[in-house]
Amino acid sequence: MDVKTPPALSVRGLVKRFGPANAQKTAVDGLAFELNRGEVLGFLGPNGAGKSTTMKMICGFLAPDAGTAVVCGHDVLVDPIATKTVIGYLPEGAPAYPDMTPTAFLDFIAAVRGFDGGDRRDRVADAMAKTRLEEVAHQPIETLSKGFKRRVGLAQALLHDPPVLILDEPTDGLDPNQKFEVRRLIRDMAPEKSIVISTHILEEVDAVCSRAMIIARGRIVADGTPGELRARAATQNLDDVFREVTANA
Amino acid sequence: MRNVWLVTARELRAYFATPLAYIFIVIFLIMAGILTFFVGGWLGRGQADLQPFFTFHPWLYLFLVPALSMRLWAEERRTGTIELFLTLPITMTQAVVAKFLAAWIFTTIALALTFPLWVTVNYLGNPDNGVILASYVGSALMAGAFMAVGAMISAATKNQVIAFVVTTAVLFVFTLAGSNVVLDLIRAFVPSTVVDIVAGFGFLTHFQSIARGVIDLRDAIFFGSVIVLALAANALIVDLKKAE
Repeated sequence: MDVKTPPALSVRGLVKRFGPANAQKTAVDGLAFELNRGEVLGFLGPNGAGKSTTMKMICGFLAPDAGTAVVCGHDVLVDPIATKTVIGYLPEGAPAYPDMTPTAFLDFIAAVRGFDGGDRRDRVADAMAKTRLEEVAHQPIETLSKGFKRRVGLAQALLHDPPVLILDEPTDGLDPNQKFEVRRLIRDMAPEKSIVISTHILEEVDAVCSRAMIIARGRIVADGTPGELRARAATQNLDDVFREVTANA
Repeated sequence: MRNVWLVTARELRAYFATPLAYIFIVIFLIMAGILTFFVGGWLGRGQADLQPFFTFHPWLYLFLVPALSMRLWAEERRTGTIELFLTLPITMTQAVVAKFLAAWIFTTIALALTFPLWVTVNYLGNPDNGVILASYVGSALMAGAFMAVGAMISAATKNQVIAFVVTTAVLFVFTLAGSNVVLDLIRAFVPSTVVDIVAGFGFLTHFQSIARGVIDLRDAIFFGSVIVLALAANALIVDLKKAE
């Protein structure tokens, strides 16, 4: 790869604090990293480490207190609309409008993303095929199982074929078969895209990630390939590495 | 414009996807009928106009508009879809305006369905239809002002019941601000300029001439300003509260 190619995603010193001025908690504390095309970054960390908050800031949902994110050359603070067009985002819990069917919901997302007519139908059909939603295409989303709801969220994120995917716990609540499917989908897309996935499941890192980052109290405490991370513990076990680096953070 | 229309259409469809839309319209029509015939004594008046019908609109909107506006933002926040919605490539202004428009259009549909009254009055006599049309337009404008205040309050909570109760209370104060109930009470304590200012905020005061079929530019500007200000506050509140 050309060394001068700018990274697809550049996170620059993101800071986010919550709470009243006299009792502020720092959720994200100067987080910075870069991600190139073809990389799948596993975002690890205990609950409340700042994973979701970081993702929300990259996607332009939350305004950072300091720093910014640049996605495919678009600064999320300067041009939020352009940034949002190059990102596919699966928010935590895969929210979707419960009264709509997957078809209607994806059609709405495709329309807002600027697709029309036959192109829109193709996009929706393609996203549904990739996430295997056809059998529930005309059932209201509120009646779907957790696994299908998650796949509706994934379909929504993939629909416009974005260069950057931000997936907050994409396999949470899925059964082993569904997890396998989602991981295969992520692996298939990986060479073309830059993907950030947050997860609690350490085995997932080995399954799909080319790089892993452990976050604790809003700071990066470990960053490297899954192999490099594993080498940090005598047992070669990711769980042990995770416990070790997050315990004394 | 495209984004506004897409979101408005989605929201409108959401109303009709549940029984809410039909219940709302039926109750609106029944209440409008009861108030016009029994409380307003429309038939007994022996006059070919719809003034008794329009006079009660502020009271009708006071309870029915919050029932529509309460879900606008509270529902998005409760289900978490707000995160999906606001990470789509749309601006905050588009989002706020689109949601408001959907609820407003819906109210206007309910209002338009009172047309049998108009048909009846034309069958029974020779009313001034220009006056009736002006009253309809004015009533829709006032409904917009109610709705914008409701949308703003809905953005401040995840709980639809709280949104409903607070909206009704706030709208009650706005409605009565120009009436003697409020003005007589404060007249003893404050100078007359303050009384005039408070009176100036009364929805009822601004609606009085509209109900008679006279759209005063000042009244139209008043309701328009309420809509714009409430929606601006709505956008600010969504921005401030979305982290919670």
